[in-house]
Amino acid sequence: MRKITYREALREALREEMRKDPAVFLLGEDIGRYWGGAFKVTDGLAEEFGDERVRDTPISESAIVGVAVGAAITGMRPVAEIMFGDLVALAMDQIANQAAKLRYMFGGQAKVPLVIRTPFGAGVNIAAHHSQSLEAWFMHVPGLYVAVPSTPYDAKGLLKSAIRGNNPVLFCEHKLLYPIEGEVPEEEYTIPFGVADIKKEGEDVTVVATLYMVHKALKAAKELEAEGISAEVVDPRTLTPLDKEAIIASVKKTGRLVVVSEDCKTAGVSAEIAAVVAEEAIDYLDAPIKRVAEPDTPIPFSPPLEQYVISDEKAIIRAVKEIV
Amino acid sequence: MLNLTKEKLIEMYRKMLEIRLFEEKVFELYAQNLVPGTIHLYTGQEAVAVGVCSALRKDDYITSTHRGHGHCIAKGAELKRVMAEILGKRTGYCKGKGGSMHIADFSVGVLGATAVVGAGIPIAAGAGLSIKLRRTDQVAACFFGDGASNQGTFHEGINMAAVWKLPVIFVCENNLYAMGTRQSLVMAIENIADRASAYGIPGVAVDGNDVLAVYEAAVKAVERARKGEGPTLIECKTYRYRGHSRVDPARYRPKEEVEAWLAKDPIKRFRERLLQTASLTDAELRQIEEEASAKVEEAVKFAIESPHPAPEEALEDVYA
Repeated sequence: MRKITYREALREALREEMRKDPAVFLLGEDIGRYWGGAFKVTDGLAEEFGDERVRDTPISESAIVGVAVGAAITGMRPVAEIMFGDLVALAMDQIANQAAKLRYMFGGQAKVPLVIRTPFGAGVNIAAHHSQSLEAWFMHVPGLYVAVPSTPYDAKGLLKSAIRGNNPVLFCEHKLLYPIEGEVPEEEYTIPFGVADIKKEGEDVTVVATLYMVHKALKAAKELEAEGISAEVVDPRTLTPLDKEAIIASVKKTGRLVVVSEDCKTAGVSAEIAAVVAEEAIDYLDAPIKRVAEPDTPIPFSPPLEQYVISDEKAIIRAVKEIV
Repeated sequence: MLNLTKEKLIEMYRKMLEIRLFEEKVFELYAQNLVPGTIHLYTGQEAVAVGVCSALRKDDYITSTHRGHGHCIAKGAELKRVMAEILGKRTGYCKGKGGSMHIADFSVGVLGATAVVGAGIPIAAGAGLSIKLRRTDQVAACFFGDGASNQGTFHEGINMAAVWKLPVIFVCENNLYAMGTRQSLVMAIENIADRASAYGIPGVAVDGNDVLAVYEAAVKAVERARKGEGPTLIECKTYRYRGHSRVDPARYRPKEEVEAWLAKDPIKRFRERLLQTASLTDAELRQIEEEASAKVEEAVKFAIESPHPAPEEALEDVYA
């Protein structure tokens, strides 16, 4: 099968959905013909679809999302890009109070088919305003879906589903994933929300990981394999809805759980997944649940500091060995 | 009188009255403990909603606010379903999930009331963008208060609508107080309409207690919007008769000020003008008043007799 990058996979999803449905349009800062997106995801799309549908905006995150909400409830399918995940804080009312709640507050009258794409994640030394992982914030808002694709294949299939769906989606990308290559078929496919993917099968321990951490978990699993420990890597692919069944099924098989995520440990992604397993499958556990997550600090700038707070595969291996 | 037909004038008067009587009834029902939560009444500001919505078509959009009953009624929402929603009934517009601050009726273009001050401004701009991309000639009118004009969304939303020439009418209902805070304490300008110049769009301040003045300004703004020339900011200077919400006796407002505004009552003024210049008789107006009153009574009856939602309906409508 052909291989393309995560960035190209996202761009293909956007291009295909825009060709298919004139209601789909893009808006965001510097996404148009002059820049093509800070991470070049939308590069070339303005040339094909024009400036009306690949719309450069003022630096106004709140209005980017608010305008997208207004367009979504009146028949369009906007895909908004927030240049860095950290900046969603500027648009939080429009995301959490408007996009997520209009349908419910209005008794089901509104549909909000809106996708907000944004890159999270550390690893490129750009400090506390450009490096956070805030996925868990959005898991806490009923009415939103949260996608966390880790591979080019998942990115394309999930983005197409997100655009075709009728609910607001926080589509979380990771800046270290953009250049990663992976197999993506030429032919049409979509990936449903709420269906986890077993990225590697194993017998001794379940490692649930998301976004870039999936790749570290796979590296860790490979090293563990050499030492005779068989790890199963489960990628939820969407955090809302969360495929609890797949996670619990894996835990039933292995009896052990390590949850890996790049966000802060307290009240984070790993906390929710650990709680689900503790609540619904504790009898199948042969050891305490382990979490590999960031300490509760902002992301620091200097390389040794940043490396210290972001877990690597060694941290995952250590956590596995503590319970196997 | 702006070449308005008698039928149009009657319709405007009828809507203003329906809003006034509806709101007074809501206050009464609240006193009887029939209204859960809080209420933000529109009494005194009727000329704004009716003046603007009379310049709109059914397929045009509006966004509304926490003080929104009047906007929804003026745009064509049914009184009985608004009242049922306020009482938390299943037959209400939002099936009891929204209440007084979140009435919506998408079938007549009411895109809903948001209770986060200023949040509707970019949403209305987005409806405008949608209109532009779909190439229809609809417009979107966005109601908000003087307080909202100090939010970042005001700047972001109007700037975006202006630079993209979106068909949006931004209607600032300046009732002089953001909750209990007098305008002069939070703005160094007197006319919020002046802010329009910062976005390169027309800004007009009108007497918000004169329904025809509001209507005239709205017609101009709508024409401009439909022609693709972009948004307009209309500031309507008006006054709310009641306090901010149901717990507020509004002691921060001087008695003389309240009296001066009561003397400029929009309904009384319009009635006088209709009698003087529109060849309407007192008897005709009385009949309209009786009909409006009956319609409000009917809405109350409908709302009171309607069932509450089943508790487990709380779990529905989260996702499409």
